[in-house]
Amino acid sequence: MKNDPVDVLIIGAGASGAAVAWSLADTKMHILCLDQGGWMNPAEYPSTGRDWEAKFFGEWSSSPNIRRRPEDYPINDDNSPIKVVNFNAVGGSTVMYTAHWPRLHPSDFKVKTLDGVADDWPIDYDALTPFFEENDRMMGTSGLSGDPLSPLSHPPMPQQPLGLSGPLIGKAMNKLGWHWWPSDTTVATMDYEGRARCINLGHCTPACAQGAKASTDITYWPHAVRAGVELKTHCRVREILTNEHGMASGVVYYDKDGVEQFQPAEVVIIACNGVGTPRLLLNSVSGKFPNGLANSSGLVGKNLMFHPYAQIYGYVAEPTDSNRAPPTCLWSKEWYDTDLSRGFVRGYGVQFVRGAGPVFEAVVSEQKGILPWGKDHHRVFRKLNGHRIGFSAICEDLPEEHNRVTLDPVLKDGHGIPAPRIDYTISENSRKMMDHALARGREFLEAAGATDLCVNSPIPWGGWHLLGTARMGTDPARSVVNEWGRSHDVKNLFIVDGSIFVTSGGVNPTSTIQALALYIADQMKQRLANLFD
Amino acid sequence: MSDAKELTAVQRADLRTVAAMIVPESAEYKVPGADDPAVQADMLATLGRDTVLVAQALDHLAQLAGKPLAELDEVRRDAVAQEFRNDGGAAAATLVRVVLQCYYRDDRVLRSLGLEQRAPFPKGHVLPDGDWSLLDPVKARGGTLRRAT
Repeated sequence: MKNDPVDVLIIGAGASGAAVAWSLADTKMHILCLDQGGWMNPAEYPSTGRDWEAKFFGEWSSSPNIRRRPEDYPINDDNSPIKVVNFNAVGGSTVMYTAHWPRLHPSDFKVKTLDGVADDWPIDYDALTPFFEENDRMMGTSGLSGDPLSPLSHPPMPQQPLGLSGPLIGKAMNKLGWHWWPSDTTVATMDYEGRARCINLGHCTPACAQGAKASTDITYWPHAVRAGVELKTHCRVREILTNEHGMASGVVYYDKDGVEQFQPAEVVIIACNGVGTPRLLLNSVSGKFPNGLANSSGLVGKNLMFHPYAQIYGYVAEPTDSNRAPPTCLWSKEWYDTDLSRGFVRGYGVQFVRGAGPVFEAVVSEQKGILPWGKDHHRVFRKLNGHRIGFSAICEDLPEEHNRVTLDPVLKDGHGIPAPRIDYTISENSRKMMDHALARGREFLEAAGATDLCVNSPIPWGGWHLLGTARMGTDPARSVVNEWGRSHDVKNLFIVDGSIFVTSGGVNPTSTIQALALYIADQMKQRLANLFD
Repeated sequence: MSDAKELTAVQRADLRTVAAMIVPESAEYKVPGADDPAVQADMLATLGRDTVLVAQALDHLAQLAGKPLAELDEVRRDAVAQEFRNDGGAAAATLVRVVLQCYYRDDRVLRSLGLEQRAPFPKGHVLPDGDWSLLDPVKARGGTLRRAT
């Protein structure tokens, strides 16, 4: 079935797709977004039920392979120590994330120049500054301006309370003379733009029933839809087609009834994340593009960066926030920049762990072997439950071509579309960084008086950040898109998600992903008269 | 290998026994064991997608025990349990998780832990703002961002 053509077709309604849709709406072009998921219903979010913790192990798992909702696609990540986690719905993985909101640092855009590794980005931090600010207003951020070791931000809402865990963390870091600061987050600490303030449901990661945590289904999308953007849900794109001129002509997708459709478009924008985007490009094979679309460089799918997480946690005598607070409230940038005396290049950010709920604590502690079976179970559980604090290092993953997304030869999704396969190893540099972080984390926990220390390094189901698989650059032989997100090979094809990252930095990337999407939309608007030149 | 959609009577009996081994009743803490009928009923009613793996775990346990778990003496039962937990893989982990996730949402257990017996939403929780003067040393120390050029 063929539909009427649209001016702009956006694939994916998550973090970047929503931002680019909203920004382009003021052009009054006919904009259509297709998403494989649907609108979520906050009344059904886990924190509304007594089984709120159990759901995280099943239908609300962060892993699509465990969750297995019809909107999900399977991912073969057997050959990776870090498993991919995501969420597929309007809002994408902003529905299911920790809402931690640091930005990449200015130095992150000049890694080759500063440290002689990887590549510099073709743009710098200053190019993104106005879009960081605009995005913070749209998503609604909270935080404390003035962190001496972070880029200057101006969160429109005050920072989260320290709670019970914050002072324990702050005192320990002060004892060691190490940097810490209240995190910027997308948790609303006051009523904001129709969103109710945070009431500390505590189980924020698998969606916020209060609507205090920003996800693009409740931030960007209502504005974009009001401005005329059309959003079709439960539409899974199989491939992008091209015409005889080598331009994208539209997409083939399966609608909510499973009927194959063709949607013609003048411009196609991909916003499917660092796994979904290369999967789609590699599935878009034609005579002119036999190795997948936009892949003349051979780099589509390569240079996958995850951010290996090195986590260490322990138990203090004092009560902590447990499940009664958002999971993140403080960060440290003490080890963010390169110091070669540490034995590795680049660095890591730290997000502190406030605590865990009782079911999670019981299940994980039993698996770790610190919560026994039998008569001593109750005594030990009472020592652990509500007493956890932790230290999670987000280690900068450098791009390596052998870390990649390809198409699995066997595995397919519910529509018969080949699924992505991940091949990934943690580099020696990252290993050294992770070991360094664990050693610092151990010192931190000892300073806090914690015992029964446990390590997750890497966090196995920690592949939240999917970056680098369609990198940006000025050289078509060494990059997939140019410095404003347009494919080198296909002049009306754009990519706006985390796959265009050149390097990963050492922080959660969603703020930067969205700033990039807004920047690319702005570049497109400035060039509308000669967009395809 | 079991692919049952619900547990057999023998499997349910072994589930009760192993649940009590994981979390026994405690007079000291005034809590039931995980073999309590209400906790067991919750497990059976909500097994859902975990049924196959839990059934596999119970079959494995039965194989190790050679007879109903409850009929083993305590020493032998503990040895079987240890072997089961060490070698049982994902199925054993799932069974233990099912036991714990149902146990730690039981009203009596939550009460004993001093936790409210409710879903987080809509009441939420109140957090103390905390002493922000703790940040003063960080502010005093200052610092600079690494230059990009």
